[in-house]
Amino acid sequence: MEVFQSHRKSSSNNVIVSILPFYRSAPPLEVRLEDFEFFAMDRLRVLKGISDGLCRGKKPEEMEKLVVDLWKANMRHPQAVEEVNKDIISHFVLRLVYCRTEELRKWFLSMETTLFRHRFRLESSEAQRALMSEFKLPYKAVSNAEFESVKDKLGQVARSMGQNLAAADAIFYKVPFEEVPDLVSGRRVFIHKGHAYVAMNQVVSLVVTQFRSYISKALILTNRKWTSTIREQEKDRLTPIVEALCTSYLGPDYSQPQEFGEISIKDIDQVAKTSFPLCMRHLFEKVKEDHHLKHGGRMQLGLFLKGVGLKLDDALAFWKAEFAPKVSAERFDKEYAYNIRHNYGREGKRTDYTPYSCQKIISVTPGIGDHHGCPYRHFSEENLRAALVRMGLSSRAVEDVMDKVHNRHYQLACTLTFEAVHGSSCDAGINHPNQYFIDSQRVLQSKNGSVA
Amino acid sequence: MTKEEADNGRDDMVIDVPGQANAVPDGFNANYLRIYYGKLFPHADMFKWMSYGNDGKHPGCDKSYFGRREFSFTLENDIYIRFQSFNSVTELENSIKEKCPFKIDIGPVYSVDPAKRHAYAQSGNNVFTPVERELVFDIDISDYDDVRYCCTGADVCLECWPLMTIAIKVIDTSLRDDFGFNHILWVYSGRRGVHCWVCDGKARRLTNEQRAAIADYFHVYKGNENSQKKISLPGLVLHPFLARSYTEVLKGFFEAKLLPNQNLLASEERYEKILEMIPDASVASELRRRWQENKRASMSKDDINIVRWEQLKSILQSGKQKMQGLRRCVEEIVFSYTYPRLDMEVSRHMNHLLKAPFCVHPKTASGRTEQGRTKTRC
Repeated sequence: MEVFQSHRKSSSNNVIVSILPFYRSAPPLEVRLEDFEFFAMDRLRVLKGISDGLCRGKKPEEMEKLVVDLWKANMRHPQAVEEVNKDIISHFVLRLVYCRTEELRKWFLSMETTLFRHRFRLESSEAQRALMSEFKLPYKAVSNAEFESVKDKLGQVARSMGQNLAAADAIFYKVPFEEVPDLVSGRRVFIHKGHAYVAMNQVVSLVVTQFRSYISKALILTNRKWTSTIREQEKDRLTPIVEALCTSYLGPDYSQPQEFGEISIKDIDQVAKTSFPLCMRHLFEKVKEDHHLKHGGRMQLGLFLKGVGLKLDDALAFWKAEFAPKVSAERFDKEYAYNIRHNYGREGKRTDYTPYSCQKIISVTPGIGDHHGCPYRHFSEENLRAALVRMGLSSRAVEDVMDKVHNRHYQLACTLTFEAVHGSSCDAGINHPNQYFIDSQRVLQSKNGSVA
Repeated sequence: MTKEEADNGRDDMVIDVPGQANAVPDGFNANYLRIYYGKLFPHADMFKWMSYGNDGKHPGCDKSYFGRREFSFTLENDIYIRFQSFNSVTELENSIKEKCPFKIDIGPVYSVDPAKRHAYAQSGNNVFTPVERELVFDIDISDYDDVRYCCTGADVCLECWPLMTIAIKVIDTSLRDDFGFNHILWVYSGRRGVHCWVCDGKARRLTNEQRAAIADYFHVYKGNENSQKKISLPGLVLHPFLARSYTEVLKGFFEAKLLPNQNLLASEERYEKILEMIPDASVASELRRRWQENKRASMSKDDINIVRWEQLKSILQSGKQKMQGLRRCVEEIVFSYTYPRLDMEVSRHMNHLLKAPFCVHPKTASGRTEQGRTKTRC
């Protein structure tokens, strides 16, 4: 396993190992199957946390803190060697998971690069220098004497870009100008006799660019290996784990209705109006209108209702009553009841199915006659605007939501909708329809002193 | 392949005065060309230059080097032939004398002899691709037509030629001091401007991306007839390269030479062009008002352009100006009149064919040839 180690001496003269791997090659370690999955899930929490932070437009300083917190929460280990192992193993497992389509690769590359960028910035300068030589970047640190002689020019360059030459940036690297064409092109460096003087923050960009390009190529190779050999070879062992990982939702699963206990059948109409997210409102309205829903819709709404607290008997009664104009009682019992019981874990292998998360709902594409999926993604602009207005959003709020939709931030759109409907902010963002419901009930209860 | 020059270029040629049929025509003529190539064109020097020491006379030299260089010829009747290559000075000389090209272009050195290019695939391991090529620049005086009133198009005179001179100074200084190049040749391109050939080994081996980066580094003047503001210098101060160019070359030239010689502020038509570049309308109106009042007599014996320029500077550079865009306005005006206007496309790609020095240009009736000039003689 190629792991770069740099040593930092603490004041008590103990050598502290500070390690930032850049995943050159897969580790020849033995990994337990559980660790294979769990390490990957922990790292995935970090990456999804980063993704979330980026979506919310967090500034670089905030992102840096977020990365530190996420890493501490999920990847820390008291023994440095164990931490490094987990770091490397989890990265390589996720490579398998995320190499398989263009979209997955793009996401993974983006998150891993951001993670690397912030971790690199947090390293000591010796560690950074050593990493740069590992990347074979021909950078030489500028000596103090030389720095003094060019300080004015370096300051000029910084100010020409609207920045200041802070004392912290007094670390500069000298490199042949041919190595940094982008910086030369934009006149973002001082050049003298063929050498460019590159500031520390610019160096970070360059290292990160190298990292990104390396991981990008590695992902393509991994994909080839996956499709040609690994997937088949591992179909009984690793493949199922890998395939499940990227769709895994990592928050609470809402399979057991919590705080508000039960919702009875007579409450549904009321709570649908006040506390259902748009996707479920739509399905609910459609089932009332059409007296029918196709399978996808029944699953999505049915499991949601289970999570909301609808008991099995009430669920059966609900669907039977709604379908009654089109489906006789006998036919209902024959064709639909079984599936509902199945969803509640009373049939077949008795899996207690969990309600779908936003990620899952967004990823499906409804067909003709379907009403499930995420409306922020699939509704036409016209229909979506109309639906938002019906939910009571002001035109300003509608514009804000549509802006998120145009940028394909569907969950943020739903979050803004929640905030507009309830008049209170939702910092955590919406990740699950049942979360929307619970948060909504919470807000309403605190306003009215009772469940709406 | 299409030729660069349009056919109507022949209009420049001087026609014989009728009635003197027996007089020697002094226009461009294929015979003169033959004589030129026979007696004057420096074949041996071209060979020596293009060989860069690989002349086959000492161990360690690459004998295939010269033969991998592409030349292209433009023949009579606009016939254009590419991928000409020669293995020795004799082959080069004989071919030129025999074909009498109206124009010779120099291309890159390829991985293999261009004559054999068809045997090589365009991708994979065995490729036909450029491996070396001088870093080149092209500056055209006709690109300065909007700032010179003495000539237009291909005409040049002593008043406006200095625009080329200072462009050369700016670029040459940067190539040497900033980029560390040493072997730089500036030549008159035979018609409208100058070419620069940077011949250092490091320069010849630059990739297209690196060439584009250098070209972009020099790219300050951005625009065409349609854009209003062609120079934009944001930032609190100028990058050292721009600052040096301004203080050492451009400012002095603009204030002492260009401004008075081209009467840039003397008439309303001309000073409006400068006032347009001032982003603050109230400042521009103030100056306009002052200059309209002082139309006829000037207060002092000094040149009216210089007087007005001082007024403009003093308003724009006074500490009272807080508006963002005004900070560098004076420099922007000077840059827009004097900063080198490079043809970016020429420099970016290794396979760009550029006219060889010492060519006779068919469109220059007086038969000016490309001649080398060093910076000092400028």
